Amino acid sequence: MKSNNLKAWLYLLPAIAFLSVFMVYPLVDVFVYSFEESYNSASQSYTGVGLYNYSYVLHDPYFLQAVKNTFLLVIITVPLSTGFALLISLGLNSIKPLKQVFQTVFFLPYVTNTLAVGLVFMILFKKTPYSEGLINLLIGKFGGESVDFISGPYWAKMFVLAFYTVWIVLPFKILILTSALASVNEQYYKAAKVDGTSRFRIFYKITLPMISPMIFYLVITGFIGAFKAYSDAVALFGTDLNSAGMNTIVGYIYDMLYGNGGGYPSYASAAAIILFAIVLTITCINLMISKNKVQV
Amino acid sequence: MKIVLSHLTKKFKSREKKGKVYTIAVNDFDVEIPDGKLIGLLGPSGCGKSTALNLISGLETPTEGKIFFGDEDVTKLPPEKRGVGLVFQNYALYPHLTVLDNILFPLENLKGAERPTKEEMLERAKEAARLVQIERLLDRKPNQLSGGQQQRVAIARALVKQPNVLLLDEPLSNLDARLRLETREEIRQLQVKTKVTTIFVTHDQDEAMSISDLIIVMKEGRAQQIGKPQDVYEDPVNLFVAKFLGTPPISVFDAEIRNGGLYIGTERVRDAKGLPEGKVIAAIRPEAFEPDPEGTLTLRPIRKETMGRDTSILAEHPACVTGTIRTIVDSDVPADTDAEALKFRIRMNKLFIFNAETEERIRFRDDPQGGRR
Repeated sequence: MKSNNLKAWLYLLPAIAFLSVFMVYPLVDVFVYSFEESYNSASQSYTGVGLYNYSYVLHDPYFLQAVKNTFLLVIITVPLSTGFALLISLGLNSIKPLKQVFQTVFFLPYVTNTLAVGLVFMILFKKTPYSEGLINLLIGKFGGESVDFISGPYWAKMFVLAFYTVWIVLPFKILILTSALASVNEQYYKAAKVDGTSRFRIFYKITLPMISPMIFYLVITGFIGAFKAYSDAVALFGTDLNSAGMNTIVGYIYDMLYGNGGGYPSYASAAAIILFAIVLTITCINLMISKNKVQV
Repeated sequence: MKIVLSHLTKKFKSREKKGKVYTIAVNDFDVEIPDGKLIGLLGPSGCGKSTALNLISGLETPTEGKIFFGDEDVTKLPPEKRGVGLVFQNYALYPHLTVLDNILFPLENLKGAERPTKEEMLERAKEAARLVQIERLLDRKPNQLSGGQQQRVAIARALVKQPNVLLLDEPLSNLDARLRLETREEIRQLQVKTKVTTIFVTHDQDEAMSISDLIIVMKEGRAQQIGKPQDVYEDPVNLFVAKFLGTPPISVFDAEIRNGGLYIGTERVRDAKGLPEGKVIAAIRPEAFEPDPEGTLTLRPIRKETMGRDTSILAEHPACVTGTIRTIVDSDVPADTDAEALKFRIRMNKLFIFNAETEERIRFRDDPQGGRR
């Protein structure tokens, strides 16, 4: 038994070593930096220890804006993308002809470069002195007022960012949900059919509970992914997110480290720890809810 | 309710090959199932018996032919309008619902005037549960139940709608041997109690023979023979039915009719007056062999085997096409299995002959059941 234990640790050693160096140590380090005032990575020096970094970050209007943006993004995109993905997967699952073609089409955004997609969205939405942008042309067709989605009002920018995020995360969710739907045993549907179950009831009473673990998985990873959003905003609004008012928490961390010369690792660490705390709390709440709701 | 299947045919489009290539699962299936009986639909795997069951339930629609429940043509009716209860091979209980919710499920689907009140539903569900003795398990989830209990739940769920017909797809195949014996007895008793016309599909002849009022033997989508189990066993219409029923299996020999007698090898086994001369197939049930020095058929014994109450003599014969001949003999009858040759008397009512080409039964002139199907 004892030698077995030793052997087990030996087998685990490569992974443990790797994870400690590249995961655990940096995590601990970030936690330490977040309490060290004005830490300088070049000279490895700091001026004091305390909660000042947290206080600074929490009073920084840019950070508060970033938190607001991130929360809005999470609240809008996670339910919307999961809902759309479910609808599209149900559709894909119930059609026979061209199923493969549609599956490929819906999967394309997943293999497309985020920044390239951002460029396309810019062309669709951006208003320049030479062009209104495709979307504005459409709005004009229906007699609406043109809107500058990229540098106009906040709601317009948030709309584009949410739209973009949903579009980017859909394919993965569709992929997961179509395979979840396909793995529901055909016999349950047959049994339901013999008993004359209506389509809505089949969906609500059989399909949904059967795929609930997967939906839940998508919601959790969706929350985490949306909280870590950054590149999407950059792709649409450029690197100076603070002046565009569209920064996210991760964006704020990046700016503190490197933006405009950067050089504030202490603030960045404090912001990172706050983000970690938020994600941890939300995930715990999610898990608690799922214990009651997720069946099977 | 009486069920009439009139020339049912079901073709499936072949998946691999393009164009109009069809697999015929059920082929001109034509039977009448009397009211209130337990019917075993028996055949080897892939013979179309499950498809036949799906056609009766309405999960599949026939390519040709009609289905009648009583006098009503239900061919085009969807399953829920037919009033069938179907128990699936792996039970298909909804894993996220409790036993009670599973049983209630079909009732909750009912709409309008058919829909019972909440109390009635509960009462009916409990009654169905009582019928299969699972009243104590109502709060459990299916994965907390044993295979046998799960099956009872599935049967209760099928019965709660008070169906005209109860259909069971391989009801015993997921149970272990001991439970299988118990359960098949229970299915029989349940059917007697409820008097609902019940059709069950099985590939296990023991199952079908032991509890059915009638068995239908199927092969390649066609009904080969319908009758009381013992009648079918004792009077098969063709070689397939003779071979499919009976354990140990029937022994099959190349035989010949000449000079007014049936010959296996060089030995005249019995007379065959009035039958055309030529090659035939003879088949002999294991219990038809009796060691007897005056016997008509000589086998080369291999060894004696005693399993429980059965004593068998294993033997060989050059004309036998089914390999080793397994006979079931009276253990009191002395037989020297070390000998080079052993003579057997054959019970004539357990010896059948078949046309060598069509494998259809050929009847002897003095066959007591001659002419009956």
